[in-house]
This record gives sequence, structure tokens and C-alpha cells, in this order.
Amino acid sequence: MLRGDGLVRRYGGRTVVDVETVAVARGQVLAILGPNGAGKSTLFRLLALVEQADRGRVRLGGSDVHAGDTVAIRRLGAVFQRPYLFRGSVASNVGYALRVRGTARAERKRRIADALAWCGLADAGRADVATLSGGEVQRVALARALIARPDVLLLDEPAANLDVGVRRRFREDLERIVRHGAGAAILITHDPADAFALADRIAVMENGRIVQEGAPTDIVLEPATSFAAALTGAELLLNGMVKSTEPGLVTVLTGEALLVAVGTGDLAAGTMVHVSYRPEDVVLALPEHVGPSSAINRFTLRVAAVIPAGPLVRVRLAGDPELTALVTQRSADSLALAAGRVIVAQLKATALRAFKAG
Amino acid sequence: MDLLFESLHEAARLLLGGDPYVWDTLWLSLRVSGIAVVLGVLLGLPVGVLVGVSRFAGRRIVVALIHTGFALPPVVVGLFVYVMLSRAGPAGPLQLLFTPTAMVAAQALLASPYVAGITLAAMQAVPADARVQARALGAARWQALAAHVREAWLGVVAAIIAGFGAVISEVGAVLMVGGNIRGETRVMTTAIVLETRRGNFAVAMALGIVLLVVAFGVNLLLTRLQQGRARGLLASTAHPWS
Repeated sequence: MLRGDGLVRRYGGRTVVDVETVAVARGQVLAILGPNGAGKSTLFRLLALVEQADRGRVRLGGSDVHAGDTVAIRRLGAVFQRPYLFRGSVASNVGYALRVRGTARAERKRRIADALAWCGLADAGRADVATLSGGEVQRVALARALIARPDVLLLDEPAANLDVGVRRRFREDLERIVRHGAGAAILITHDPADAFALADRIAVMENGRIVQEGAPTDIVLEPATSFAAALTGAELLLNGMVKSTEPGLVTVLTGEALLVAVGTGDLAAGTMVHVSYRPEDVVLALPEHVGPSSAINRFTLRVAAVIPAGPLVRVRLAGDPELTALVTQRSADSLALAAGRVIVAQLKATALRAFKAG
Repeated sequence: MDLLFESLHEAARLLLGGDPYVWDTLWLSLRVSGIAVVLGVLLGLPVGVLVGVSRFAGRRIVVALIHTGFALPPVVVGLFVYVMLSRAGPAGPLQLLFTPTAMVAAQALLASPYVAGITLAAMQAVPADARVQARALGAARWQALAAHVREAWLGVVAAIIAGFGAVISEVGAVLMVGGNIRGETRVMTTAIVLETRRGNFAVAMALGIVLLVVAFGVNLLLTRLQQGRARGLLASTAHPWS
């Protein structure tokens, strides 16, 4: 539907964007996930046709298009990170895209009402935009982009400026809107939660380049860079085979050890799986102090290395399975962690997630 | 104190009494300055808008030149128009000297730098995002520019108000190119000068008060035009997520 090939953008000798390919197909939601300063917003502007790339081309529905091409831009709906709302009412902002397209007044009025309702602003049409909250501003921007029924909806950090509470509700609405409101969507975000909640495919962007592109599970399971791994949070993986299943849980054989994890998708006995966990979920205890707990997974391992990581300590554990734990310096001291020490590592089943491998 | 009281009394008498001399003079003042402002807007607004949104070499010089227009002495503008329209001047054959048309021309030249300069500042005060946003929503280049002007609306009307203020109150230019001919080219300001010279201070003051009252009325209308857009939109904010 919309794709960019060989897009390069430089500012004052600094290459901000250097992307080989970025593409979204009809009916698809592509998230471009990366940290601040990765060049995401610049890529967004190139794809939204409000800025011209120094090199490369943008294609929309198979034809080459250029920045400033009004006909092409009218097939896109872009919502900027900090949307500029025009002075006046919510309704006049939402109707703007139709007004510049010369849509008749009656038709415009009807569609404004639809778009407002669609974005949860049914009663806000007459409100002055100056009185809106951050969440409402984003909704107005969304309604304004959707009203002209774009082939591709482009969203730059649509939830970045929202409070946590508003954010969850906004994300739920966004999911509904993105799924049904546009032919395809590109979502720029630094928040993996947004990307995983909304996208069919994720492109991870780092230093102006797309370092990995794939389905969300691919990104989680096979992060191409440490950055991608850190982004998704599921930093560490174990490989194994499903031994048995029970509702919601699977028992996985990894090496000689059995571990119980939450099953993701359709996993039958014999399926090869990856099991992801976060090192901070690994609870360490001295063997003589282990009492009953809700942690189903319990392994006696040997400390291989203790690596300071800022205020925390990363503890590499050898044995079966090999694990990495992240604990505070205080815990490390009280457990007298040092290479060679025998320790019990515990993990709740809910902290482990099994994905089909391959 | 007596003079002030007498002036107020005289002003009321002149206005309410329907003195044809005052009403004709006032009407000519409004006509000349009104048309001059319209021409000043036609001349100054496009310049202000274009210089306000574009970047080019020597732009600062152009901006400084426009701002210098704020300091244009009306007599200098009057002199310039006089020379242009005098029998030996390039526009001499038109025989416009000492006509209201000549006064309009001089005042239009005086008003346009105000309109251009204040419009320019107002356009620049609007974030460039406004135009980018308009373009992203499908606006053609000219529609995005129109959106930008709309965002600068308060300043644009302020520019018109300043232009009107500059010309309705000036005397130098109209006196030079109009000649203060009774019933022909006499406007309020030139009438005030004349009455003062004759020693009719009360009448002069009264004319001044009349001029101020009328200027207030015109500005009231312009202010309504300026603030109207911001008004009446605060109606309903009762909706979810507020």
C-alpha cells in the first residue's frame, strides 16, 4: 500500500534516516518501534509526504509519490506527535480535511458527527480546542485524520503525551479505530506496549536504520540486536520441548530440567518452544532458606559470574537450566553471591512465557 | 476648564444638531481613510503574508524597510504624492492634485507599511507546524497558506486597525495633496487645523472629539471582527475524557 525504498534524509551532514525498505500492506498495521532520537519522526514525515527525502522513493499503491503532492497526501491521514489544532471549534478542526477537498456542507456535517462519535468525542463538537485535555487533543487529531477515509493512517506517538490511565483507554480505542477505520496503518512509537497491542508487524528502528522487521513474536523471540531485545523486555530465552499441557500452562523440558510456563498460542506436547523470561523475575535464595512459595519452578544452580549493572547486579547461573538473574546489590551482599556459590533460583510460572519455535 | 466644557457642548451640538458642514467633512474623512485602508490592505497584506512565511536572501533588509514605513512622516508621503501628481510630475496629466483621490493615494501609502509589518509579525508568530499540518490534512499550498492567515487572524485585524488609526488621524499628507478646500477636500483633521488657526478653539476641540468618537465606533466594529472568532466557541465541554 505504502512503501519507502532506500530513504535517506540528512540534516546538516548528519544522516537521520537511512532505511532500505519500509512497507505496509493493505489491512496491515506496521509499528515502527525505537528509542527517542532514532529518526522515527523524520521517517514519519517522509512517509506522510510532508518532507522530501534526499534519496530514495516513496510509493503509494504502486505509484511513485513525492512530498507536497496534494493528490497523494489526500490518500493519507497523518497524526503528528504534537498535533497542531487550528483555532476554533473541535468540529471545524475535524471537518478541515473535508473542507479543503470541497465536500458539500451537509455531507461534511454528517461525517463530522460520525468521526467525532467514532473517536469518543460525540458531545465535544462545539468545544473550543483551547479547552481540551491532552487525550482529547489526540482524539481530535485522530478524528481529523480519519474523516477523509485515508488509505493509510500514519500515527506518530499517538499516546506519548497521555497520562497512564487515559493511555490505556486511548490504546483500546486506537486498536478499534486502526483495525476498522483505515486501509492500513503505520504507528510510530517508542513504547513496546503500543507496538505489541496494535501491530501486525514491527520494524525496530535504531540510529536511523531499521535493524529488524517482522511479526511481534519474531521480535520477542529472535531479537536481532540487544537493543531490540531490551525494547521488548523479554530479554532472555530458553529453548525446549513441550512435555505436557494443562489449561493455560505448559511443562517444558529444557536440557534436563522441567519448567512450567504460560503457553502462548496452540502448543501441543512435542512442540519445540522458546521460553522467555525477565531476569528481574528470577528470585534467588540460599538452599537452607528455601521455604514453600508460589514459585512452581525451582532450580538448584551454581553462580557462574556476578556482574555489576549500575545499582543492580546481574548474576549468571550455571546448571540446568542456565539462567540470568537481576538482583539489588543489597540482596547480592546478604546472599554473599560469588562465583561457585550454590543457590536456589525460583520463577513463577506466570513469569515464563512459552512461544512456538521457528 | 471652561474651554473643555464649551468644547464638549459644541461637539454635542455639532453632532446632534446635524450640522451639514460637520457631517460632510466627517463623511469625507471616513470615505478617504476607509478607501485608503482598503487599498493599504490590498497592498500590504500580500506583502506581509509572503514575507512572513518565506525565507530569502535579503529578507531582513525587506523587513527593516517595511518597519521603516512605520516612521514615514505623513508630510514626506504627501510631498512625494504631490510631486507625482503636480502638473510637471509623471501623473500630472491626470489632474488629481487637490482631489479626494490624491488624498486616498497618499493615505494608502501611509497605511500599507502598518498592514504589511504587523501582518508579517502575526504570520511569523504562528508556528510553521500550522501549515505543515494543513498540508498533511490534504490542503493545497494556497489552502495551507489561507489556514496560516486564519491562525494569524488576531494580528491581521490588528494590522488593519493600526493602518486605519494611522490615516484617520494624520493631517500632513491630506493637507498637502488635498489642499483643505471646503466642501471638496476638507477632512476632519484639516478642519481642526483651520479652526485652531482661526482661534475657534472650542469648535476645533469639538471636531477633535467628534473624530475620536467616530474612530472609536469604527474600531469597535473592527475589534468585533477580530475577537468574534474567539467568541461563542466555549459552549460545550461536557464530554468524556475531560
